Amino acid sequence: MAKIESTFFDIGYLDTLSYQQSPIHRLDPRAKLIVTLVFVVAVVSFDRYEISGLLGFFLFPVVMVSLGDLPLGYLLKKLLLVAPFAVFIGIFNPILDRQVMIVMGPLAISGGWVSFISILLRFGLTVTAALILIATSSFAGVCLALERLKVPRSFAVQLLFLYRYLFVLIAETRRLLRARTLRSFDGRGLGIKVVGSLIGHLLLRTLNRGRRIYLAMLCRGFDGEIHTMRRLKMTGWDFIFMFGWILFFIVIRNHNLPQLIGNLLTGVF
Amino acid sequence: MSHHIVEVKDLKYSYPDGTPALDGISFLITHGESVAVVGSNGAGKSTLLHHLNGYLTPTSGMVRIGDLPLSKSTVQAVRRSVGMVFQDPDDQLFMPTVADDVAFGPLNLGLPLEEVNDRVDRALTTVGALHLKNRPPYKLSGGEKRSVAIASTLSMSPDILVMDEPSANLDPQARRRLIELLSTFTHTKIIATHDLDMALDLCDRTIILHGGLITADGPTLDIFRDSALLRRSHLEKPLSMQGCPACGSMAVK
Amino acid sequence: MHMADALLSPAVGGAMWVVAGGGITYCAGKIRDDMADSRIPLMGVLAAFVFAAQMINFTIPGTGSSGHLGGGLLLAIILGPHAGFLAMASVLTVQALFFADGGLLALGCNIFNLGFIPCFVVYPYIYQLIIGQTPSRKKMTTAIIVSAVIALQIGALGVVTETVFSGVSSLPFNSFVLLMQPIHLAIGLVEGMVTAGVVSFIVKADPSIILAADRRDDQQQSETSIGKKILLPLLAVAVITAGIFSWFASSNPDGLEWSIYKVTGSEEVEAPEQGIHHSLEKLQEKTALLPDYGFKNDEAAVVPGPENGSGSTVAIGTSVAGLLGGALVLLLMVLLGFILKIKRHSRTE
Repeated sequence: MAKIESTFFDIGYLDTLSYQQSPIHRLDPRAKLIVTLVFVVAVVSFDRYEISGLLGFFLFPVVMVSLGDLPLGYLLKKLLLVAPFAVFIGIFNPILDRQVMIVMGPLAISGGWVSFISILLRFGLTVTAALILIATSSFAGVCLALERLKVPRSFAVQLLFLYRYLFVLIAETRRLLRARTLRSFDGRGLGIKVVGSLIGHLLLRTLNRGRRIYLAMLCRGFDGEIHTMRRLKMTGWDFIFMFGWILFFIVIRNHNLPQLIGNLLTGVF
Repeated sequence: MSHHIVEVKDLKYSYPDGTPALDGISFLITHGESVAVVGSNGAGKSTLLHHLNGYLTPTSGMVRIGDLPLSKSTVQAVRRSVGMVFQDPDDQLFMPTVADDVAFGPLNLGLPLEEVNDRVDRALTTVGALHLKNRPPYKLSGGEKRSVAIASTLSMSPDILVMDEPSANLDPQARRRLIELLSTFTHTKIIATHDLDMALDLCDRTIILHGGLITADGPTLDIFRDSALLRRSHLEKPLSMQGCPACGSMAVK
Repeated sequence: MHMADALLSPAVGGAMWVVAGGGITYCAGKIRDDMADSRIPLMGVLAAFVFAAQMINFTIPGTGSSGHLGGGLLLAIILGPHAGFLAMASVLTVQALFFADGGLLALGCNIFNLGFIPCFVVYPYIYQLIIGQTPSRKKMTTAIIVSAVIALQIGALGVVTETVFSGVSSLPFNSFVLLMQPIHLAIGLVEGMVTAGVVSFIVKADPSIILAADRRDDQQQSETSIGKKILLPLLAVAVITAGIFSWFASSNPDGLEWSIYKVTGSEEVEAPEQGIHHSLEKLQEKTALLPDYGFKNDEAAVVPGPENGSGSTVAIGTSVAGLLGGALVLLLMVLLGFILKIKRHSRTE
């Protein structure tokens, strides 16, 4: 988990992005959620040595980022920040799998490197897809979509509560941490003992807050059901968006687009 | 509608661990009255407020709201007529957007959607926050949060507004705006506060709580003039009634 | 440690999604039936709490490195297993969406490894077993530390198994286990100590919180029967889903590729020449101007060897064409991105 300040910034920033107006933002969150899931499944369904087949999938993030007015630089930076795990596991591939697979003049590339690159591509595609989903649909939108797609209501509502109080609790944690930092010297006061009571404090406050929120809900007639005013409506555009992309994914999953173009080119020369 | 809109009779309450919080409290608040409940920390203000909408059940004694004595069977109806504004607006604004939050109560009342929309707009207009309608609560300033929290109770059209420290954590201008807003309301108001100047501005009547007992109940001005009483209750004269330390002139109240 | 999409095959990811989804549905139903409404906001704020608490890092004695709280076990202790599981699942969902911790497909795996295991395996079978009928401070501390260590060990094993079954990484099971388990022994110990610290603080401050959770469980059935009731059916569902996926994959090489053979000992991964590459070859023969060029060096480039799996079938010709085509496709996309962006801005301004 990243540092608290950057976490705070990230959630806030993605949240702000999600309130922009763009053709992508206006689409029904259900359509975006489904397309994203199909995209991820299609991407990871490739053979481990596949590289060129994956490239066609970059069309999706490219279109979404440009039509959705998302800042490319920010997304790339996020991508780099979360890369270590995929790299950590993937880097064993070139070490363990040394069979030469591609020979290009003097350059011999082992299967391990190919699959490592494949892992990095998958990683880039799937992570960006998740970030794009949230940056164009808003968290509340995703929750609403989940609920309409028959995810249990209490889970969806709970996600909303989590999101709402994330901001409050992160701010509270920040204050606690500042108080700790200001009074700990030479690394003393940063150990597990202090953390136990620090987190314990936060937990007590949170439990009390939970009680107060419940009280606030009771005061306004809460009866076990949470009603919202929001209504979702799938329009023609949503269906075109959804089926268009899914069709595209199926086609490029089964037909290697770059390979095809490449073949045409090498055929020409 | 009964003329005595809030009646509390010999209310006693002890926490589950046996600590007494309220030790026999009685008062009567009539329609349209505006009452400040003041007292030091731990005097029992919050505990008292939590009885007024049935969140806490008295150990002994009685609470009556309008014609309804508070009991398990009437608690829903009571909550409909008592609008509660919490000390920390973050506790009260739990929905994803301002509009969702203001609509939360009316939707629970089972009102039709058009009526809910109408009420949301009206409540937000009253507190001057209509432009915040589609914002998420965590993007609001302290004053905005307070206004929206008030709107979220107004949308239920309560007869009585119960407020816990409404002016806490507000900057001076936001506090002034809040006082002006509250002074336009015709509801019966019960305001628990440490802000005695606000009590002076808004409430004709003040109840002082100390150690779980009512030590004074009367016209706000009379009470705030009684320095000995205030000192006994761990309170202090409102700033506007203290002499000016710079020029030495006495306040005129 | 979070599982990542990039290392996952659809079969494994899908199977774990089904398990996680089943768990969520079951628990959501349980919460609605058994518990007071007050759980709903409480679960939400506690999930947010876990999120925030994970940001409080601390130095681990003797190492100089820092650790943080995982939270699954703590949630199970405070909320009981059902609500605890839901809260943990929501934490992981937010992490997957906002921080790309793992990813959307890997979410099922992560919910299983970090939510299901602590709440439905470790909590009933280890934590409650050690605590027994007469809880004491000492027993509680022991129970928490042991539970946390075991939960992380099983969780890490989950990551290993899921990765190996997916067959994207080349790491063999044995070495991966040797890599993961010791690290997670340390992480588990730290998690246990912090959780024990937090719980003992809470017990001192307001014992009714933990007691309330215990009482709630008594009101339900005994934990073991809950465990059995949910664990066995879900595992069965997982096995069936994975089976269906892999059957689909093996009978349908054009579709999902399933590399389970890697694990079961046979090194053969089905050669895609019947699949994509084959159909491409046909397509290429029809479309290319010089149909045979791309595959001219086929025989020379294929490195024979049983280890090579599908790799051997990727031939030079195809690779060169693939690289070239790939480069062109990427170039076109960058261009497209620019054009779309410019067009959009000229319209909005």
